[in-house]
Amino acid sequence: MSLDKEKIKHVAKLARISVNEAKVDSLTKDLNSIFKFIEQLNELDTSNVEPLTSILNESLRTRKDLINDGKIRDKILQNSPKKNDEFFVVPKVVE
Amino acid sequence: MSDLTNQSLHEIIEKIKTKKISSLELTNNYIKNIKTAKKLNTFVTTTFEHALEKAKEFDKKPNYEQLLPGIPLAVKDLFCTQDVKTTAGSNILNNFIPSYESTVTKNLWNNGAFLLGKLNCDEFAMGSSNETSFFGNVINPVGDKLVPGGSSGGSSAALAADLTPATIGTDTGGSIRQPASFTGTVGLKPTYGLCSRWGIVAFASSLDQAGPMTKNIIDSAIMLEAMCGFDEKDSTSIKKNKEPYSKNLKDNVKGLKIGIPKEYRVDNMPKEVDELWEKGKKILKDLGAEIINISLPHTKYALPTYYIVAPAEASSNLARYDGVRYGFRSKKDEDLIQMYENTRSEGFGDEVKRRILIGTYVLSSGYYDAYYLKAQKVRQLIKKDFDENFKKVDAILTPSTPSSAFEIGEKTNDPVSMYLNDIFTVPVNLAGLPALSLPAGVDQKGYPLGLQLIGKALDEQKILNIGYAFEKNCGFQSQIKKWWS
Repeated sequence: MSLDKEKIKHVAKLARISVNEAKVDSLTKDLNSIFKFIEQLNELDTSNVEPLTSILNESLRTRKDLINDGKIRDKILQNSPKKNDEFFVVPKVVE
Repeated sequence: MSDLTNQSLHEIIEKIKTKKISSLELTNNYIKNIKTAKKLNTFVTTTFEHALEKAKEFDKKPNYEQLLPGIPLAVKDLFCTQDVKTTAGSNILNNFIPSYESTVTKNLWNNGAFLLGKLNCDEFAMGSSNETSFFGNVINPVGDKLVPGGSSGGSSAALAADLTPATIGTDTGGSIRQPASFTGTVGLKPTYGLCSRWGIVAFASSLDQAGPMTKNIIDSAIMLEAMCGFDEKDSTSIKKNKEPYSKNLKDNVKGLKIGIPKEYRVDNMPKEVDELWEKGKKILKDLGAEIINISLPHTKYALPTYYIVAPAEASSNLARYDGVRYGFRSKKDEDLIQMYENTRSEGFGDEVKRRILIGTYVLSSGYYDAYYLKAQKVRQLIKKDFDENFKKVDAILTPSTPSSAFEIGEKTNDPVSMYLNDIFTVPVNLAGLPALSLPAGVDQKGYPLGLQLIGKALDEQKILNIGYAFEKNCGFQSQIKKWWS
C-alpha cells in the first residue's frame, strides 16, 4: 500500500510532531520507499509462527513495589525548561 | 615524558602498573591530542578538569588491582553521566544534565577509570554515518571526506585517532560493529542483557546493547569485563557470575566449527569484501578450525523486520520528549498540544522524525497486525535460523559491512541505501546474540574492512578467543596518518 499526504499528516498528529507543509512531499516520498522495502515481509507465510515478544528465555523479573528514594524534587525539576519552585509549568489547559 | 597514546589499553595499563607513566601524564597526553583534533568533531563535551583531578587522585593513592587503573576514557554521549551534559546527539537534549550515572559508566569508574569527555553520535543513535547528529558530522581519521560509521561514530573516530585508549558505544542494529569496521578497530556487541541498559538514552529497548570499542581483542576483553554485570535496575539484565574474559583469553581454535552462511554473499558486494572473507576462512582453517557451510534462510528479511521493530520501540521511547520535564521547549507554546508539536518538530532532526512516524504508523490502530505483529513473527524465524545452526557450529564468520567507509553526503538523500549498510549486523540484534567486528584488511582505496564473528548467547569468551587467534595470525594492523594535527 502507499501512504498519501493526508495519511502522513494524520500519523504526524498522532505522534505530536508538526510537519511543515513544504516538507510533506519529500517525507511522503521517503516513507513510501521505506514501506516498499519493509513490505518484502509479505512474501513470507507466517500463519503458524508464534511472535517473538522477548529475546530472553526467562520471563521478566518483578520487584516489590517499594519506595527506594524520595525528597529529590529539586533534582527532578532541575532540567525542566519551565518551572516554578515546586512544579513543572505548562501552557494553560483549563479556561 | 613519553607519549603512549598510540599504544593500546592493555599496554598502557602495564606502563601505569610498572610506574613507567603516571595517570596525570597519560591524561595530559590525551588532552593534548584532543585539542589538536578538533577538525574530526569527535567530542560534544570535554571534562578535562574532572579528568586531571581524578588522575592526580589516582597518582596520590594508586590501586593497581583494578581493571582500569588510572585510565582516562571518553564515552558515547548516549550514556548518562552525573552532572555532565548528555545530549544523545540531539537538539532536544542540548541542555540535559543528568543527576544520575548510567550503570555501565559507573562500572567503568568503579574499576579505576574516569571520564575524559562525551563523544558525538548519530541523533538518538539513529544513523549509520554520524551525519544525523545535531552537533555536525564526525570525520573518519582514515580520510578527511569519509564518514566514521554510526551511530557510535565519535567513539570509533576518537579511538582510531588516539584520543581515548578505549571507548564504549551502543549497538541497536550495528552501531558498534559498523563504525569499528570503518575505522580499523575492534567492536563488540555483547549478548542482549549482559550489560545494563539503565541510564542509557533509550532507542529500541529490545535491541539496544552497550559494548566496548578497542584497538585489539585483549582490550575488548578487559573493557567488557569492567562494564558488564547484573543490574537490578534493568529488568532485562541477565543474572550470572562475571567471567574474567581477559584472563581466560586463549588463542586456540583447534577443532572449533566455524559456520559460513551463504546468504551473506549479497549482490554488488565489492570483490575485496569477498576476498577478505575467504582470507578469514583460510586463517581459521590453517589454525585447525573446521569450516562448515551453513544457511540462514531468513537473512534477507532481517533489515525489513528491523525497520518495523526499531522505529516502533523508538516512537514509544521518544514519546517522553514533550518539552515539560527536561530538554528543549519551543517558544511557540500558546497551547499545550501546539507546544508538544512544535517542541518535537523543532527539537528532533529529520531521521528521528522519520523513524517516529514509521513507528507510530506501524503501531496505529488497524495496522498493528500487518506490520508489528508480522515483524515479531519474522523475528522468531530469524532467531530460529541461528538456534538451528548453533547446534552444528561454535561461531559464524561473515563480513561486518558490505563496503568500506563511504563519503560524507553520499547516502544522505536515500534512507534505504543508508539502511542497507547494516545488512550483516542487524540479524544479530534481532536474535540477541553477541558479535565481534575485527579489522581484517583494506580495500583497493586503502580503507579498512572488518570481519564479523557471531557467537551463541553468552558465548563472548569463545568469539573473543577466536578473534584473538585471528588477530595474531592475520598480520593486519590499521595504519592511520595523523593528517588533522
